[in-house]
Amino acid sequence: MLFPTQSSPFTVNNKSIQTVMLQVLLALIPAIMTLFYFFGYSILMQISLAIMTALIAESFCLYLRKKPILSTLADFSALLTAVLIAIAIPSIAPWWVVVNGTLFAILIAKQVYGGLGYNPFNPAMAGYVFLLISFPVPMTLWQAPSIFLSFSDAISTLFTQIVAVDGLSSATVLDYTKMQLRSGSSINTIQAQPLFGFIADKNKEIVSLAYLIGGLYLCHQKTIRWHIPFAVLMGVFIPASIAYAIDPNIYSSPWFHLVAGATVCAAFFIATDPVSAATSIKGRLIYGFLIGFLIFCIRTWGGYPDAVAFAVLLANITAPSIDFYLRPKVTKS
Amino acid sequence: MFKFTWPKKKQSFPGGLKLAGHKQVTQIIEPELPKELIYPLFLAADRYAKPCVNIGDTVLKGQIIATADSLLATPIHASSSGTISAIEKRLIAHPSGLSDRCIILQTDGLDKVLTPDPCIDYTEQGHDFLCHKIQQSGIVGLGGAAFPTAKKLQPSQVIHTLIINAAECEPYISCDESLAIESAPEIIQGALIIQYILQAQYCIIAIEDSKPDAYKALLLATESNQIQIQKVPSIYPTGGEKQLIQVISGVQIPVKKLPSEYGYICQNVATAYAIYQAIILGRPLTERIITLTGDGIKQNQNLRARIGTPIKDLVHACHGYTLQAEQLIMGGPMMGIALASDDIAVIKASNCLLINQVNKPISQACIRCGDCADVCPSELLPQQLYWYSHTQQWDNCNDYKLADCIECGCCDVVCPSKIPLVQAFRIAKAEVQQKKQQSATAALAKKRFDNRQHRLKRIEQEKLAQQDKRKAAIEKMKAAAAKRKLN
Repeated sequence: MLFPTQSSPFTVNNKSIQTVMLQVLLALIPAIMTLFYFFGYSILMQISLAIMTALIAESFCLYLRKKPILSTLADFSALLTAVLIAIAIPSIAPWWVVVNGTLFAILIAKQVYGGLGYNPFNPAMAGYVFLLISFPVPMTLWQAPSIFLSFSDAISTLFTQIVAVDGLSSATVLDYTKMQLRSGSSINTIQAQPLFGFIADKNKEIVSLAYLIGGLYLCHQKTIRWHIPFAVLMGVFIPASIAYAIDPNIYSSPWFHLVAGATVCAAFFIATDPVSAATSIKGRLIYGFLIGFLIFCIRTWGGYPDAVAFAVLLANITAPSIDFYLRPKVTKS
Repeated sequence: MFKFTWPKKKQSFPGGLKLAGHKQVTQIIEPELPKELIYPLFLAADRYAKPCVNIGDTVLKGQIIATADSLLATPIHASSSGTISAIEKRLIAHPSGLSDRCIILQTDGLDKVLTPDPCIDYTEQGHDFLCHKIQQSGIVGLGGAAFPTAKKLQPSQVIHTLIINAAECEPYISCDESLAIESAPEIIQGALIIQYILQAQYCIIAIEDSKPDAYKALLLATESNQIQIQKVPSIYPTGGEKQLIQVISGVQIPVKKLPSEYGYICQNVATAYAIYQAIILGRPLTERIITLTGDGIKQNQNLRARIGTPIKDLVHACHGYTLQAEQLIMGGPMMGIALASDDIAVIKASNCLLINQVNKPISQACIRCGDCADVCPSELLPQQLYWYSHTQQWDNCNDYKLADCIECGCCDVVCPSKIPLVQAFRIAKAEVQQKKQQSATAALAKKRFDNRQHRLKRIEQEKLAQQDKRKAAIEKMKAAAAKRKLN
């Protein structure tokens, strides 16, 4: 009897790109559910729009590049990018915002560089920054924390631009804090506003908790390693604590920085994208800390209220150098 | 006697994997005598045995049919009686899948044995005598590498610790385990002989903690406290020589060094058994325990197979193939080699034949997850190495210590993108080797060219010098003649 010959090893484990991406998507479910609970159908619509756009764009590119379409789509990386963009942008932004952002993420940030595994930048964050720079106005249309959009209201908001509900949009706490600080108010008076919940955005702080639960699940499943999330959170927390200790009147508390905006989401779901992150353990700690530190700096002294996307992209640039200088020393022979 | 305790701290090597065992320890059965036995003359690397029989010769079991002329080679013994029917090219158990010269022995069914030459009391014999006997008995490392044991037992350094490797960390393989259960006293005897030869102070039998029966059997058979049985954690590749030494002693042996330079020597448990048979019973190595396992075979079984038995005869002894028989692997699933045919014969290194389904998923792009670096027992960065090897950046491959890769397959197994990393590294190693050889040849050619240029120049100069001399002589003569004329 004759047999085919191949090179060893002859066993495989069950972990694949597909399972990794699915795990991450699964871990996003608590956050999506919480977002839905507080903000209504708009978020689900954004996600569906983004997914459709991503799948079509990815298929188109794969067709042009003569790559297998279905098996590549089945790695779910495009799906994950789409979901991340959809939950990152304001949920009441018009439909073309999320479509443009996803198109940019898949076409330019991912496929032009050679598809999964070759993108130097996190595609979701590249798409987000593209939107932020190109369409600054709709990108500030944050849904007010106490408004739940019904299905029909969500459709009319996203597709017809007719504002269905009064007081639909409002500033985020980061935005509000920044503006009020400029006009001379102190942190204590600013953060006593009804916009604020226990620590940061009313309701959205619960979403942050949901991200944390999902992220801890990923760490527990060993889908992601703890180094990057921990370093990102520390990167925000440590400088924020120092600043807060220096002057609590003009600097927000470190807890506020941790809970407000997209800090937790970035720490567990965005910065941990392995393709664009550093790979060694030391490298990961530095990479994560850099992201956290940049988030704090841009929030505090930069022009934008939240800074996750910029921080992640800037850190992406440094990842190859971090890897190069911090590669584990192989000194044995 | 001395009392010896190891530090309590749990030692381990970097990386490694917990793998599902799939081990079915069975009684060792004796398959029928095959009609034909095949002995490849190829031993290892560039070493061959030299046939010392002719076609038509009748041989007895245990008779040498091919001799070895160096310590790095071992003679081949007939494993049953019969007639030499041919010395011809056959497929051999080698990753290249090539054919090579083999001695073919037609068995006569009588299984007549050459009178054994036992050594009643080995302690009366010298170290050289015993090593010579081990070499002449054809004993090689039976763990899979098949390195000549006699050579390994003659280190230039003082050995303080002998480690008998019964870890058997690869999944599916259970030949050592079943041997330890059935022949523990003989193994202990063999270990004592090796310890005597090496004059090693300590002797440790290392066995994975997942093999309690074999551990108990070995413990029961140990009479003196000269030998210690030690459990090691079941983490692949704990049975690798250097990994095992690190687990037991905490000493990390650098890649280009031999364990003997640090006073350690590892021997496989089956080798110890073979040494016992060779010295005490006077029987050369003509058979070994082999595991036949996998979904592709009807009955998983440990067999006492004669060296040279065609694989198909062993499969027959296990009631044949099932429908899942898609590939044939010699060795374990992690480091074994795929064989092209079951006409290939069992060699001394064959510890396991795994017959199962082909399971090679399509590979995707690397997502730089870094899982491979976490499990690498050599602490390399497989993903970087892969990048450099498939873009043919050989200098970078050297920088990232490609040569330190032990090809254990851990990185391959954990890779979520299913990239055949080890295969890429093997190719890269071959390329680097070839480049090295090429540059060596080029350097030699350049040296020769330079030397030739130098030589030609020298000859030219000598010629010129001679011409000048001659000219000067002629001038002198002319001057002398003129002088004479004047006078």
